[in-house]
Amino acid sequence: MTPAVEIVNVARRFGTIQALAGVDLAVEAGEFFGLLGPNGAGKTTLISILAGLTRADAGAARVLGHDVVEDYRNARRLLGVVPQELVFDPFFSVRETLEIQSGYFGIRDNDDWIDEILHHLDLTARANANMRALSGGMKRRVLIGQALVHKPPVIVLDEPTAGVDVELRQSLWAFIRKLNRDGHTIILTTHYLEEAEALCGRIAMLKSGKVVALDTKRNLLSSFAGLTVRLTADMLPEAWQSRVVREEDGTYLLSLASYAELERLLAALRESSATIAELSLQEADLEQVFLRIMARHH
Amino acid sequence: MIPAFGSGWLTLLYKELLRFWKVSFQTILAPVLTALLYLLIFSHVLESRVSVFDGRVAYTAFLIPGLVMMSVLQNSFANSSSSLIQSKITGNLIFVLLPPLSPLDMFAAYVLGAMIRGIVVGLGVYLVTAAFAPLSMPHPLWALAFALLGSAILGTLGLIAGITADKFDQLAAFQNFLIMPLTFLSGVFYSIHSLPPFWQTLSHFNPFFYMIDGFRYGFFGLSDIAPETSLGVVGIFCLGLTALTLFLLQRGYKLRH
Repeated sequence: MTPAVEIVNVARRFGTIQALAGVDLAVEAGEFFGLLGPNGAGKTTLISILAGLTRADAGAARVLGHDVVEDYRNARRLLGVVPQELVFDPFFSVRETLEIQSGYFGIRDNDDWIDEILHHLDLTARANANMRALSGGMKRRVLIGQALVHKPPVIVLDEPTAGVDVELRQSLWAFIRKLNRDGHTIILTTHYLEEAEALCGRIAMLKSGKVVALDTKRNLLSSFAGLTVRLTADMLPEAWQSRVVREEDGTYLLSLASYAELERLLAALRESSATIAELSLQEADLEQVFLRIMARHH
Repeated sequence: MIPAFGSGWLTLLYKELLRFWKVSFQTILAPVLTALLYLLIFSHVLESRVSVFDGRVAYTAFLIPGLVMMSVLQNSFANSSSSLIQSKITGNLIFVLLPPLSPLDMFAAYVLGAMIRGIVVGLGVYLVTAAFAPLSMPHPLWALAFALLGSAILGTLGLIAGITADKFDQLAAFQNFLIMPLTFLSGVFYSIHSLPPFWQTLSHFNPFFYMIDGFRYGFFGLSDIAPETSLGVVGIFCLGLTALTLFLLQRGYKLRH
């Protein structure tokens, strides 16, 4: 089956900065895929190359088998991109903005779908308002609407929830989830790692223009299976001091590799007759996995 | 399976038209008023002092086609250049770059939008100034040909300026140090036969001179240069600029990084 997105050995340099240094990725049709990385990792450059906004120095990018340079018309028809920057055209209303964007893709009489987009993005009441009159969160939702107006099978969301309040963020994700269930491939970049953890099935992590991790969310979490233990006790045996991440007023934050190691810690505390006042556990989350992977590729 | 789509360039053209129409006080009425003021002042001061085409045409009548064409040219340039630079600087050009529009689609939409604004303003100037002098227009097709070619050239120049400029300051320099001098020194306000020989020769290197002289031929059947020659010069200039602009768009110069 043709991948929804295929990135083959893509490289791009801006002056002295190697923004992308040979990236290989394939996103299967119907996936909810996360593209994570610190600022400057190359996420937006990669998306720009996919969208035809930036040219790669080397390599190839394809959308559902269509090369983004050689067959750009078909590649762009199949792709919807929500850009990171909050941009808008101040001359037009919300509805005009969506109608014009639809027309750029050669689609006219698209009112039913535009009405549906306005409804799902909670913009119906503001459909005739000028773009300048909208709040930042509303402008962000119009950007999402513009990316969806031609019903693209592959949707790329570059930081779509930046500046959107919690309530609207939830309704937005419900809509994006629905699109994914309907068969749309979603590629998401976000700084909110809990969002990526809740939504994405597979995740790639970029650092300094390279893919440093690429796996299912489940595998990433389990490969870094670890526990964070918050322990309040009158003492901690000397052998366990090396596992302390932070200590404050007799409360130790320890990083353990597994539940077996927790068992050994409790045994050591019993043997040394330590008094435990409080103990709580936290399993590894995507943020911890992300931080460890980034630290490992320093 | 990719569904059948039409071309998006007509929507881009529609957007360009809607954009200037929404601010028509600034984009249509203001330049018409400016041209009217030029006519009132220059005709009042120079009508009895300047002789053109050996006195066969009154100065006010001579001035009107020049002002019409000047308005066509300046507003065609203003439309494509301001639209593109605003979109580049505010970042909303991305909405045009993401869809499957070809370089030719973009060129056609921006230049046609510029031509339509230029010609609408030119018609407005003609309508408000025509009452000031009798104008018979014996060769309307010549006038139309030069209006279309002139507006296309300036629309294309505006596109080049919008593509190459990174900030409004650079665009203003393009407008004030290139477009304005070439327009004002092209024979809008005078016949080049009234100039000293050196300046007459220099005027022949100004492509705007051929546009205005050819356009004026449509109104009087008189011109400084044979209209066929002017049409040839203007046509070649238009083709050269079109090729350059399509090359820039194809390369994505300063648009796709």
